[in-house]
Amino acid sequence: MRFARASTSWTILRISLQERLVYRGDFALGTLIRFLPIITQVFLWGAVFSAVEAVSGSRRPVAGYTYQAMVGYYLLTMVSRAFSSMPGLASGVAREIREGTVKKYLVQPVDMLEFLLLTRVAHKLVYYVVAVGPFALVFWLCRGYLPGWPGPEVMAAYLASLLMAFLLGFFLEATIGMIGFWFLEVTSLLFVYMLLSFFCSGHMFPIDLLPGAWGQAVRLLPLQYLAYFPTAVMLGKVTGPDLARGLCAQFGWMLFFLIAARVTFHYGVRRYSGFGG
Amino acid sequence: MHTPLSYLRVFGTFLRNSLVRDMTFRANFLIDTISSTVWVFMNLGFYVLIFHYTPMLGAGTGWGKYEFFLFLATTLLINSLMRGLFLSNAVELSERIRTGTLDFLLVKPIDTQFLASLGRIEWSAIGPFACGLLLLAYALAQLGLVPGPATAALYVLYVLCGVAIYYSLMIAMASTSIWLGRNRALLDFWFYITNFSRYPMEIYRGPWGTPLRHFFTFLIPVFIAVNVPARVLVRPLELRAPADWLLPGFALLATAGSLVVSRWIFNRSLVSYRSASS
Repeated sequence: MRFARASTSWTILRISLQERLVYRGDFALGTLIRFLPIITQVFLWGAVFSAVEAVSGSRRPVAGYTYQAMVGYYLLTMVSRAFSSMPGLASGVAREIREGTVKKYLVQPVDMLEFLLLTRVAHKLVYYVVAVGPFALVFWLCRGYLPGWPGPEVMAAYLASLLMAFLLGFFLEATIGMIGFWFLEVTSLLFVYMLLSFFCSGHMFPIDLLPGAWGQAVRLLPLQYLAYFPTAVMLGKVTGPDLARGLCAQFGWMLFFLIAARVTFHYGVRRYSGFGG
Repeated sequence: MHTPLSYLRVFGTFLRNSLVRDMTFRANFLIDTISSTVWVFMNLGFYVLIFHYTPMLGAGTGWGKYEFFLFLATTLLINSLMRGLFLSNAVELSERIRTGTLDFLLVKPIDTQFLASLGRIEWSAIGPFACGLLLLAYALAQLGLVPGPATAALYVLYVLCGVAIYYSLMIAMASTSIWLGRNRALLDFWFYITNFSRYPMEIYRGPWGTPLRHFFTFLIPVFIAVNVPARVLVRPLELRAPADWLLPGFALLATAGSLVVSRWIFNRSLVSYRSASS
């Protein structure tokens, strides 16, 4: 029984891998193009730091970031996002519910969340294989902005936070998509999530830039673990007990959304009605 | 015989039809308008945050907080005009080429580029457009600037030039679908290129920035699109020295050039169009 299940999972993963590899050219180009907005950020922050220097007469950090660290932050956020972003996941789940194709998971001995997770793992694996070239090129060109290789503990924490960012992103988006069992049309909800995620995850700017209550409020959200937290770990901004606390909190949020996704699916399916052949 | 007046009448019909269509799905229209407006405010929040740390964008550039807000308002006006008038049409053109429904446009007794570019108007872009106007008024008031009639007219002219430059780039890129079969990255690519012109061109300095500035000023003139109208307001044109004439003069030339080149690319691509039907 267990073997049959593992064999099914392996088949799903293999098929998804092959499907993804068909578009490898598009993938590689897409990855390179996605670095373009960073160029704008590099110049924008260059201008900000030059103005700060002109006013204060010395090279002063902004919210604890030097110019190098700021550019390094944006570059490393690309890595975090490569793990945590789930393009088309929530909208895909919502569409399958709306159009009724979700019933294929109900009549076949395949668990929907497991199927989607394996498809996503395949998508990411192919992405990393293809994207490693463009990433290596850009990181080599920008090596002056990046911190040196960290110690083994920081590296292990970084890898753990990236892996958890992937799982958190997956279960969070899957849960949002499954709200479609109740509302059918979740496009506007997805837009709100995208907006919040863009601004509060640290994708657009490091969240330590936010002053006072704003900063505290954003730190209460799980979104920071999608982009900001792994990057901050790599940059050495979170260390010691804070690092352990952060990793535990990230794990907690991941577990929370894993359960939320399971519960939402469980009750959602009860509401679902499929018609036709 | 087609006169400019008859084209204007057809455009009026497009405006009316699109409005009727949008009003049929009122809730969707409302959500679209609100969400695009919220997006504008969140972006504005980011810039407010940046000016929390710096008095200016770039040492000695003159782009302080409210000067930059004028720049941002100009970006908003141009982008919302692009979104309202052309964006969905360009995406649809790419799809029409793939599915072969471009045939229906080709057989109509009207200029194909006109029909393909303006057939569907997105009225929800009115939200960000209004935000742009409000931000413009707010920044002008904060700076104590009251543009005279000549400056205002020049501003409108250069905003329209900006729209024309952006449009040329977009229609040229959409036309490439005829050769590529499908151009799904069209929107991404357009956004990424115009992303460079979201900030004043003065921030692009140094060994990498200067060539980049020249590239996006002279070869693909997207920097001209927002920078020139924004400068008209921030530093009203004092056309004393010949150097003062250079950029505004070049902007007119770049607009005309962009329109001609994109028209040529569009027509050239139509020659290669093979309908998808039998």
